[in-house]
Amino acid sequence: MVRIIDRRSDSRNKSAVNRQRFMRRFKGQIRKAVADAIDGRSIKDLDNGESVTIPAKDLNEPHFQHGDGGIWEQVYSGNDQFSTGDEISRPLGGGAGSGGKRASEDGESEDEFGFQLSREEFLDIFFDDLALPNLIKTQLAKIPEYKSHRAGFAADGVPTNLNLVRSMRSALGRRLALSGPHNARLRELHKEIEELEAQTPRDDEAIRLLKEEATLLRVRIEAIPFLDTFDLRYNNRIRTPVPSTQAVMFCLMDVSGSMDEEKKATAKRFFMLLYLFLTRTYEHIEVVFIRHHTIAKEVDEENFFHSRESGGTVVSSALDMMRDIVRERYSSGLWNIYGAQASDGDNWENDSPRCKELLSAEILPFMQFFAYIEITPGEPQNLWREYEKLVGMHSNFAMQRIEKYADIYPVFRELFKKTLV
Amino acid sequence: MSASPKKRNRKQLPAPSEWNFELIEEYHKEIRRVAHGYGLDTYPNQIEVITAEQMMDAYASVGMPVNYNHWSFGKQFISTEKGYRRGQMGLAYEIVINSNPCISYLMEENTMTMQALVIAHAAYGHNSFFKGNYLFRAWTNADAIVDYLIFAKNFLAECEERHGEEAVELLLDSCHALMSVGVDRYKRPPKLSMEKEKLRQKEREDYLQSQVNDLWRTLPLQEAKASQLAERRFPSEPEENLLYFIEKSAPLLEPWQREVVRIVRKVSQYFFPQRQTQVMNEGWATYWHYTLLNTLYDEGLLADSFMMEFLHSHTNVVMQPPYNVPWHRGINPYALGFAMWTDIRRICDEPTEEDYRWFPDIAGSNWRETFDFAMRNFKDESFVAQFLSPKVIRDFRLFAILDDDDETRLKVAAIHDDAGYQRIREVLSEQYNIGSKEPNLQVWNVDVRGDRSLTLRHQAFKRRPLAASADEMLKHVARLWGFTVRLETADDDGNVQRTRECRVETRTAMPTVG
Repeated sequence: MVRIIDRRSDSRNKSAVNRQRFMRRFKGQIRKAVADAIDGRSIKDLDNGESVTIPAKDLNEPHFQHGDGGIWEQVYSGNDQFSTGDEISRPLGGGAGSGGKRASEDGESEDEFGFQLSREEFLDIFFDDLALPNLIKTQLAKIPEYKSHRAGFAADGVPTNLNLVRSMRSALGRRLALSGPHNARLRELHKEIEELEAQTPRDDEAIRLLKEEATLLRVRIEAIPFLDTFDLRYNNRIRTPVPSTQAVMFCLMDVSGSMDEEKKATAKRFFMLLYLFLTRTYEHIEVVFIRHHTIAKEVDEENFFHSRESGGTVVSSALDMMRDIVRERYSSGLWNIYGAQASDGDNWENDSPRCKELLSAEILPFMQFFAYIEITPGEPQNLWREYEKLVGMHSNFAMQRIEKYADIYPVFRELFKKTLV
Repeated sequence: MSASPKKRNRKQLPAPSEWNFELIEEYHKEIRRVAHGYGLDTYPNQIEVITAEQMMDAYASVGMPVNYNHWSFGKQFISTEKGYRRGQMGLAYEIVINSNPCISYLMEENTMTMQALVIAHAAYGHNSFFKGNYLFRAWTNADAIVDYLIFAKNFLAECEERHGEEAVELLLDSCHALMSVGVDRYKRPPKLSMEKEKLRQKEREDYLQSQVNDLWRTLPLQEAKASQLAERRFPSEPEENLLYFIEKSAPLLEPWQREVVRIVRKVSQYFFPQRQTQVMNEGWATYWHYTLLNTLYDEGLLADSFMMEFLHSHTNVVMQPPYNVPWHRGINPYALGFAMWTDIRRICDEPTEEDYRWFPDIAGSNWRETFDFAMRNFKDESFVAQFLSPKVIRDFRLFAILDDDDETRLKVAAIHDDAGYQRIREVLSEQYNIGSKEPNLQVWNVDVRGDRSLTLRHQAFKRRPLAASADEMLKHVARLWGFTVRLETADDDGNVQRTRECRVETRTAMPTVG
């Protein structure tokens, strides 16, 4: 006897475990691919997965096989020109070897193995690099909570959301619209019949025809359905994220000649992490990018990370600009203001005290949080020494010297602690 | 069959593009009736409807409903998924499992026509082949395979818990690498069953360990015996099954590790007949879906629209691209198999003078009996050697190319003419011979009295060298063996041409835990 079994609702994702093992096994390669991907994406773009490629040779599964060389004799199909004993030059590139292998060589490239990382997997690897504590990881990776509220009516939905009044109303409208022409004609017919009956005998042929038509029309009118699926209206509910406050984030970076690509990549992660934190707390976030050498300039993200200038460094120019922008655009008190500054610590000697003053008097009082990172393997620079004085005075100021990615998190430790309580 | 369904048979079956369970049952009933009419003997059928996603899962676990966990299955899943999502690759219409009952998967996305095709192809074609062919009868135990895989999955999960995932993973990596040299090619393995396995597992563990210890006994031996021992080779005969040898004789493996080696070996052995009967098996299934559905059509049961769609897919399946197009991937086993079975029937029913010369035994014989005989007693290699007819060679315009790296140019060794038929048959048969397709490797010797190093011997076939992966492979063998491993490549005269080596200095090479 045959058994026919519907397995479609059985557990899916049987391969999830194997996929996880694959990810764990090639963590190194995947992590490198993710690092490359981070360099290529915007700091705001952290809520998507990523397609990554890793070198295929690393995940080879070897077997004992024949290599090229020796004597091979193979059968092929579709002979269109050869006779026994013909000699043919070897195809280019392929030495002696099996036909199967040669055939796949002109197929797709097999050097790379690409696949899609989900958002969770992507963030996981991103966090791993930054050495975030687990509690924070879950907090950050959390998708913001939503609240659902009413928003008019929709033509489809679940039965429990059916709105009776609306549905009946549109059914009535539809019935009126569909039966309208019939009713009009029916009225005309009645009138004609009356007139004819007045003039001619009752059983006249013309009257009979008109009456037949009237009957037909009544049937048609009755055939219009009382309630059609088309009429149904449902209460519509939409979901909106719960936190509905707004924030602005200032990214300040030194782009003088001494900031090389590697330092910028570190700075980028620093900005990303702050951004990620903000997205979990605020619904709407604006990001302002200010880069500076001796003069500051507000730029878009692309220019911020990828253009390089040379010359000296005057940090206060950027702080001045930041202050001005806050006054101009974000002074209303509706904005939560965050700042993040990255630099290699190199500054014009006489400028550093001024930077400290600026921050202390004109910027920090308006800020939720300001973080400074100095990306340098060497001795602390003058800016660091001046900023150090601020640490005790302002609770919303944090600073850190960074050599590797894992050093970034401590800057935010205070920040994350606050929101955990 | 009683009389009443036959009367109803006159009525054409509905042929909508959407399938439903009632229709599948109705079609299945008719297909079964015709299949029994042709005398196909099958295991009971179990037809399972699954989604595309589940089909990908099944792909990833080498087509089995359950399997143990390993990253390589994850890799397989990811690349299948990628190909499918991008539309580069369609999923196979069906997967069929050689088990009792025989499980065939139908994919939800398929049309009714495709479901009927799959039922005829898998549930009657492949199924009867699994039940009849001597290789499957001798090597696999359809009753026990699913149970055995459940046992394997649980056992490996337990090992992971006890010894850590990494230790198990590394061990599996090495075993998987040796899978193709982990089969008995000529010996008949004992049947496996879950109950027996479980009962004997503990017993075997103790026994094996004691055997191994005996082999590596460190107690000083009597002088006289020692000289005898020097003469003795170990193993006394070369062993072709590397995994078997390692399971039984590797000195440092712990009992659970031996069991894992055994599991991989058993799984590999289970799939071995499938690798040897691709042309026959696929050709057989294709021949039967074609024949069964055409019979139903002749009875007036199938709609024209059904037949058009069916013939469209059938034609795609049996297409053989010529050698000079980019999508040529060698000989298509479906095409060759289908052509050969069809031709065998022709030889039986309408033999020509040529057939009487080439096939005196079967020309004009009863085709059902001949089919049964051929299906039961051959594998690809012998099937081609026995039944590849000149007509099929002509139809496919087959030709053989000789590629000798001592010569500067390739040579056309034979084409589809009187002088070439025999040679093409031989070459093609050789091409399906696993023994020559894969390198011939054997366990040659173990230095029992010295450094315990293991020597493998590769007997070069037609001067073909080993691929570069051999060095990597030696590391895997060494990981299992625990001591230095050497690989000698010998030419036809038995002279060693080249020796590779993977040195292991200490006893800690094998990751042992606890």
